[in-house]
Amino acid sequence: MEAFFANFDLVINGFSWTVRLTLLSALGSFLLGLVLTAMRVSPVPLMRGIATTYVETVRNTPLTLVLLFCGLGLSSALGFTFTENVEWDVFWFAVIGLSAYTACFVSESLRSGINTIPLGQIEAARSIGLTFGQNLQLILLPQALRAVIGPLGSVLIALTKNTTIASAAGLGVIEASAQMKQMFDKGIAPVIPTFIGFAIGFLVLTLPMGFFFSWLARRMAVAR
Amino acid sequence: MTATPLVVLEDVNKHFGQLHVLKDIQLSVQSGEVVVVIGPSGSGKSTLCRTINRLETIDNGRIMLDGKELPAEGRGLAKLRSDVGMVFQSFNLFSHKTVLQNVTLGPIKVLKKGRAEAEKRGMELLDRVQIADQANKYPAQLSGGQQQRVAIARALAMNPKVLMFDEPTSALDPEMVQEVLDVMIDLATEGMTMVVVTHEMGFARRAAHRVVFMADGEIVEEATPDEFFTNPQKQRAKDFLSKILSH
Ligand SMILES: Nc1ncnc2c1ncn2[C@@H]1O[C@H](COP(=O)(O)OP(=O)(O)O)[C@@H](O)[C@H]1O
Ligand SMILES: [Mg+2]
Repeated sequence: MEAFFANFDLVINGFSWTVRLTLLSALGSFLLGLVLTAMRVSPVPLMRGIATTYVETVRNTPLTLVLLFCGLGLSSALGFTFTENVEWDVFWFAVIGLSAYTACFVSESLRSGINTIPLGQIEAARSIGLTFGQNLQLILLPQALRAVIGPLGSVLIALTKNTTIASAAGLGVIEASAQMKQMFDKGIAPVIPTFIGFAIGFLVLTLPMGFFFSWLARRMAVAR
Repeated sequence: MTATPLVVLEDVNKHFGQLHVLKDIQLSVQSGEVVVVIGPSGSGKSTLCRTINRLETIDNGRIMLDGKELPAEGRGLAKLRSDVGMVFQSFNLFSHKTVLQNVTLGPIKVLKKGRAEAEKRGMELLDRVQIADQANKYPAQLSGGQQQRVAIARALAMNPKVLMFDEPTSALDPEMVQEVLDVMIDLATEGMTMVVVTHEMGFARRAAHRVVFMADGEIVEEATPDEFFTNPQKQRAKDFLSKILSH
């Protein structure tokens, strides 16, 4: 307890970072989740394909890999930075990584909400002349959101807990990126291929699980 | 009745995979005419209705509304589609909107009317289907018959040129069928152009100008209600009538 109070400003500082990280990532993932959902129910097959591929790939990749890819892949290898300040940079890459990852779960929730809306209402909306965008905005999303407030809450809680992974990864990134940069500069380790290798390894483990549950969901939907 | 028909289907064909659901359909509906479509389940009646406002695409043939061919897809279609009103078997009201909001949504968002104007007209229409006192309730709080009357008001709010009804009373408890039919008979008397899929012979006899009998994706017979029900010509129509009359 004494240690807790002795380092109180540090604790507060860490806490405020967590809050900021959570809020910004929640906003980012919600917006990206909305876009992904809109794409997944759009009448254009290409849109559906892109969004589905994104969701299936990213949600089956461990968060640490997504974050490391954002941090190292984007910044160190591609030389993409937001600011001169490394800490801020890490923060923004964490926001991007968490948003990119959490958006998949937001989108999954919203889509399951949309699936609860009777098809007839969507046709009724079309028959009075609403466009796809209006249908989405006025009929589908308002009802889907109401239906999935609970699941979205769980997603938010998971996101909050995941910020700890982001913090840990962030510390790692600062150190590792220095090392990686050295290795990279010396031409020892090709950064991107290494990550892709790791990512593929995990996808081999998680994608079949994803496919299995999609398949199961479809089976259950028919049986209902 | 005007010289050019309001709705014209020429050589319309439609498949669902291997299944040929609409076979060379020829149909024209005059302005102010009420056409009842009747036929066994699976004969393509719903599909016919749905192709007329392009909820379903067609393989070939032409569908003309008021002399203009409907575009197959795209932005123009959404707006033109509201010229064809649709009343469904399962009402399909927007469950997160009140009765009045269900009726004003289209006028405000598609016809770009002001809220006050849309609400005034919405209340008039709800009055016409005798449900104005429920304007602020949600669909789930209404009976089936009341929901279907709201659905009719919602379709009317778009000032459609023609109204399609796809078995509007089939999902209703028997005691609610008449209240919906009464509204439809009123509309018919006022000169609304209507295509009605129904097995309600009372309605057909009272309000229809013409009965179209469909079987296996084809229009098999067309006649006035009196001729059709008392003296059908084709064997398939006779068989069908004997079945629905026997219970
Ligand atoms: N979306 C669809 N996909 C495949 N087959 C369909 C679809 N809709 C209808 N059908 C089939 O088309 C035929 C005609 O259906 P429908 O127009 O609903 O008939 P009706 O309304 O006269 O009962 C039926 O055999 C039905 O099973
Ligand atoms: Mg039908």
